[in-house]
Amino acid sequence: MHTLARAFSAPAFRELGYWLFRYRRTWRGSIVISIGNPLLFLTALGLGLGTLVDRENSAYLHGHSYLTFILPGILIAGVMQIAFLEASGPVMQSALPRGSYRAAASTPLEPTGILYGHLMYWTLRATQNAVLFTCVSLLFGTVDPARAPLLVLVAVLVAIAFAAPAAAWAVTVTRPSQINVMFRFVVLPLYMFSGTFFPIEQLPVSLQWVAWATPLWHGVDLGRTVALGTATPYGVLIHIGYLSVMVAVGLYLARRTYRRKLYV
Amino acid sequence: MTDSSTVLIDARGLTKVYGKPGDKAGFTAVDGIDFQVRRGEAFGVLGANGAGKSSTMRMIACVSPATAGSLRILGYDSGADGAKIRARLGVVPQDDTIDTELTVRENLLIYGRYFGLSWKVLRERSTRLLEFTRLSEKAEDAVATLSGGMRRRLTIARALINEPEIVLLDEPTTGLDPQARHLLWERLFQLKQEGVTLLLTTHYMDEAEQLCDRLVVMDAGKIVAEGAPAELIARYTLREVLELRFAPGERQIMTDKCRGLAERMEELPDRLLLSTDNGEETLSAVHRQGVQPLTALVRRSSLEDVFLTLTGRSLLD
Ligand SMILES: Nc1ncnc2c1ncn2[C@@H]1O[C@H](COP(=O)(O)OP(=O)(O)OP(=O)(O)O)[C@@H](O)[C@H]1O
Ligand SMILES: [Mg+2]
Repeated sequence: MHTLARAFSAPAFRELGYWLFRYRRTWRGSIVISIGNPLLFLTALGLGLGTLVDRENSAYLHGHSYLTFILPGILIAGVMQIAFLEASGPVMQSALPRGSYRAAASTPLEPTGILYGHLMYWTLRATQNAVLFTCVSLLFGTVDPARAPLLVLVAVLVAIAFAAPAAAWAVTVTRPSQINVMFRFVVLPLYMFSGTFFPIEQLPVSLQWVAWATPLWHGVDLGRTVALGTATPYGVLIHIGYLSVMVAVGLYLARRTYRRKLYV
Repeated sequence: MTDSSTVLIDARGLTKVYGKPGDKAGFTAVDGIDFQVRRGEAFGVLGANGAGKSSTMRMIACVSPATAGSLRILGYDSGADGAKIRARLGVVPQDDTIDTELTVRENLLIYGRYFGLSWKVLRERSTRLLEFTRLSEKAEDAVATLSGGMRRRLTIARALINEPEIVLLDEPTTGLDPQARHLLWERLFQLKQEGVTLLLTTHYMDEAEQLCDRLVVMDAGKIVAEGAPAELIARYTLREVLELRFAPGERQIMTDKCRGLAERMEELPDRLLLSTDNGEETLSAVHRQGVQPLTALVRRSSLEDVFLTLTGRSLLD
């Protein structure tokens, strides 16, 4: 509770203000991307790949169209990807000797406030992306309107679950190439193999175990079962538990790494 | 007034060791220094590269925890009450943290927001501070269009946005041309007149002499002297210095011939310095020895010579 109270104290909102102020420059472009992205996916996968897959009538899809099946996965995996990108590059930049974190740290703000402020910004950005994505999907009739808000909530949880540990790590990074490596060898494989594009049940059992262990699968499966109405209380509990642990551990680590980095 | 209300910065045994705690290979950048800065004073920290000036400043700015010793600022403990202290400090770091994503004015506004100031107050203050630092014309421009001196002025304007009681300036004029430096000095002097306490580091002697009421000379993490500029000059140097330059091939022979002609002699890579009470007389003596310098210059002793005497090195090496 102490953490939560600190999170909503004024200083963090000042850091959020900084990022929102900068966002004034780029918000139009970002909204175009938030809408264009799902449009592209829905068209390419719905009209293209989807028609092909649906012809097979795969049992793994449990009677859903491929598009309906894949849509929550794409949203959740995309949210993860954006969360990673926004919480890595900008954090690394900001923590450099001339970065914006350094300016903030010389004011009454504490490293924790800086972290929470930036985290609030990622949360807002993820919310924007998830809402727009879901709205486009609604237009295509690929999401049940009653379940759409839940899907947005799951997406935001996933964003925080990935942003927190990403920031904890990125604040210690000094070279952009390290972020590239992380993206290529961790984030992209997660994106491809966490059941985003196909049901993991069709993988060999050993690989299924790997998929179950990966954090993104829990997000994707939670989003998908919520969106398709196939969620079980047990599954939801495990997924939310897993993601919450990521948030908690991520924040714990980030508070330490931020302090260590900004107070040398 | 009690002592604690006039002493704004009180450092005792202040120490900074970089590296992991308990790690024997840790590097001691600041080695148990003691000093006090009083309200309204302009206090200088003089030292060569790596002396520990920035490390000291960063501890005072409460962005770098002291490894040992005590540091009290504005009556607060720097370790426990960093946020309260920072709220009343203005900081001009050596590496400026001007935001290149924002315009000149936005830099002031956004920085001011960190102090919880209202937009209304900030609009008024930013206009005033841009005028004070002669940046009004650049207000709406991108930071990238500023020259080095303008950037430094912007950093100073930004440091004043919270109307601080103490302003920390880490090498405020390094890399600026003489005109830009004089403009900055004039502004800093004005601040001092307004009662703001200044703490600045520099390796320019003239800057220290111009601006500082009192200063400490730092070398390898330690304070080696403390006092008013004139006091230090009187204490550590003779009245005048004779500077001689020689043709490269003759330097060693000429230097040897000069030995014993002055009370103190310092060999620098490019010149020979003879400390003396009367430069002209010493120059005559030099000529009588048959020494033929390329150039000879008699000048009053300065802080530069204090530094040389104390550390055996030139400040700008
Ligand atoms: N973050 C750090 N980690 C390890 N060593 C450091 C760190 N910062 C400074 N040092 C070392 O501490 C010593 C003092 O550095 P400092 O920056 O305080 O010197 P300075 O007097 O400001 O020098 P300059 O005139 O070059 O700015 C140097 O030897 C430097 O290498
Ligand atoms: Mg320095």
